[in-house]
Amino acid sequence: MTDQVSQESSTGAGTPSRRSVLGWGGAGLAIGAAAAGGTVAALGGGSDMAPAASAGAAVPFHGEHQSGIASAVQDRLHFAAFDVKTKSRDELVQLLKEWTAAARLMTAGLPVGDAYEGLPEAPPTDTGEALGLKPSRLTLTIGFGPGLFAKDRFGLEGKRPEALVDLEAFPGDNLDQARSGGDLCVQACADDPQVAVHAIRQLARIGFGKVAVRWSQLGFGKTSSTTPDAQTPRNMMGFKDGTRNVSGTDTAALDKHVWVGANDGSAWLTGGSYLVARRIRMHIETWDRTSLQEQEDVFGRDKGEGAPVGKSKERDEPFLKAMKPEAHVRLAHPDSNDGATILRRGYSFTDGTDGLGRLDAGLFFLAYQRDVRKGFIPIQRQLAKNDALNEYIQHVGSAVFAVPPGVRDKDDWWGRTLFA
Amino acid sequence: MRPARLTVLSAAAVVVALTAVTGCADKSDDSGSGAIKVNATDSACEVSKTEFPAGKVSIEVENKGSKVTELYVLFPDDRIVAERENIGPGTKATITAEIKAGDYEFACKPGMKGDGIRTKVKATGQGGGDKRSPELDAAVASYRKYVQEQADETLPKAKVFADAVKAGDLDAAKKAYALSRLGWERTEPVAESFGDIDPKVDVREDGLEAGQDPAKDWTGWHRLEKSLFQDGKIGDEDKKLADTLITDLTEWQKKVGQAEITPTSMANGAKELLDEVATGKVTGEEERYSHTDLVDFKANLEGAQKAYELLKPTAQKNDAELVKQLDTQFASLSTLLDKYRADKNGYEFTSYDKVGDAERKELSDGVNSLAEPLSKLAAAVAK
Repeated sequence: MTDQVSQESSTGAGTPSRRSVLGWGGAGLAIGAAAAGGTVAALGGGSDMAPAASAGAAVPFHGEHQSGIASAVQDRLHFAAFDVKTKSRDELVQLLKEWTAAARLMTAGLPVGDAYEGLPEAPPTDTGEALGLKPSRLTLTIGFGPGLFAKDRFGLEGKRPEALVDLEAFPGDNLDQARSGGDLCVQACADDPQVAVHAIRQLARIGFGKVAVRWSQLGFGKTSSTTPDAQTPRNMMGFKDGTRNVSGTDTAALDKHVWVGANDGSAWLTGGSYLVARRIRMHIETWDRTSLQEQEDVFGRDKGEGAPVGKSKERDEPFLKAMKPEAHVRLAHPDSNDGATILRRGYSFTDGTDGLGRLDAGLFFLAYQRDVRKGFIPIQRQLAKNDALNEYIQHVGSAVFAVPPGVRDKDDWWGRTLFA
Repeated sequence: MRPARLTVLSAAAVVVALTAVTGCADKSDDSGSGAIKVNATDSACEVSKTEFPAGKVSIEVENKGSKVTELYVLFPDDRIVAERENIGPGTKATITAEIKAGDYEFACKPGMKGDGIRTKVKATGQGGGDKRSPELDAAVASYRKYVQEQADETLPKAKVFADAVKAGDLDAAKKAYALSRLGWERTEPVAESFGDIDPKVDVREDGLEAGQDPAKDWTGWHRLEKSLFQDGKIGDEDKKLADTLITDLTEWQKKVGQAEITPTSMANGAKELLDEVATGKVTGEEERYSHTDLVDFKANLEGAQKAYELLKPTAQKNDAELVKQLDTQFASLSTLLDKYRADKNGYEFTSYDKVGDAERKELSDGVNSLAEPLSKLAAAVAK
């Protein structure tokens, strides 16, 4: 065991694997952590928003803003929406504290309690499938849905932000209520799907009796980037999408378009954001039978390079008027929407095949913004009405959440500013 | 019942470790270790001592034969105390079991077939492993009584059902079907511990083993359920099956009092009852023809609650917070179930095919809310 530990930790580029941290165990944990910078940084607080250097590293959990919004987008997603079952505000607060403690451990690459050393008669506290895996840049981001602020529920009706609006029915929507809404959401992003799934599974388990999973979504192949120097990934239609996304290092743009300001009307949400989640099903088979010319016209970019119409490079400034009036890029662009800008963090998904043999796939769209009324809504109104892409997609799930500010330090917890 | 049920006794009582195969040095050459050594060959089963002190017993088996073998520790009536299967030629295995004072048999089964080569052994003295509190002893005794009562009360109800089948009275048989199962469902983990009875009375068609023919080998409640509710008719075969069901249930009633019951097996049994609900009833799989899943659900819940109530005084001392949670969740799941029956004292529940997806989700959430804390009861009792 000892040999194995030292081998593993020496190959970890300064970041301990879950097993190696565990291996030191008990009183030795502090030594193990000290030898491993990533864990110390992740547990020790600070508000460093710089993206993690390597895929295995830990992203700091503490900070002014929650990680998982402007921090570098990881490869995988497990997103879960929960219904709150308990009627007790105290129980809900207690759960949020327990969740925070668990998130603090898991984002540092540590198990939540014992995975195999407890009483033989009891199920292990941690389910164990992430043992031995690196932190994998796991971020956990919580959001509060409109239902939480309902009258006579938790005494929060006076704290519902004006900008947390119920989304209108957009033309063409075909929303499945079983994949929509939720009182709480947790977005788990990581470079390893097992780490993201483990995180949601632990939180669901801790929450049984107080919350119940309403729906969840797995995602892969990030479709937007918060690091513009990186290659823009392609969506399931084969196109580069999200080229012009807000950069995680552009603090001015983030302050203007993403973070809720102190004077925006809901003091508790200062430093937070709003999240819109949409499950967008793509009609994959018909898209695949569409001519290249039409595909490129629909997007307003070429398929190979991703360059806007009439330009040669992906990042060339698009000339909107050169595109067809209903081209997706043209309609979604801030210039077509009075400057409305959102930070996209979506993922591709495929949930296998539907009963008709069609690939059940598309885009799980996640957008962060300072005000839903000035971000997602005007853009989606425009797109729902005119976008040529609508022939090939359908919005089938929808949810909106207020995303509280970051957890400042080890005594802080998710939602303190709302409940305290 | 679940299709594959492996353990016969509470897992907590049996710890099996395989040595030698992994290359670990085998230091124990008997001399004072107290372990019982068993030399197994293709034709012999030599036991180093036939009398040993009761309590935690360690048995080291070495297979010197050419066939794969297994070792059983059996009660005189062939119930299994402990077992180890798949001991390959040239390998050793260690079985650790808690054995109370009394007479037993060791059985080696070369080729893993037949009755095996038997040796009578005796566990002597007062040893019975860890001393339990009188409180827990009382809980076990009460639960044993409950299990017996459930079996005793089931038999007349099962006879009403069987008689209706034999009389060809379809309506009466349908009406008596779910009620005849209540006692079994309330005590299912114990009922299931008799490995030979469970597959005869409670197996579903998809739970048959490879090579078994549903037409010949499928017996018990669910076979009759299919005839009554799906086919809508009672054939001669069904009338014979009704008699077989009574025969098998009578055997259960006779045996059930001897089941191995410990506080942790009670606690885990309670959790297993909720597992049954979570995997079989909430999906509507268990009673796919009669749609009486909610009756089973209620019975499972009652059985779990009984075990819990008996263990509660001990759990209260060790983990008061857990008890608080369990009280709340038992109450709220009961309330939720009550939505589906008009008469709070009766067992007529809404047919499960009339229960919508959203309602099933609510029931499933309720089961999760109870089963998760219930999985911690064994630890709270074992502390």
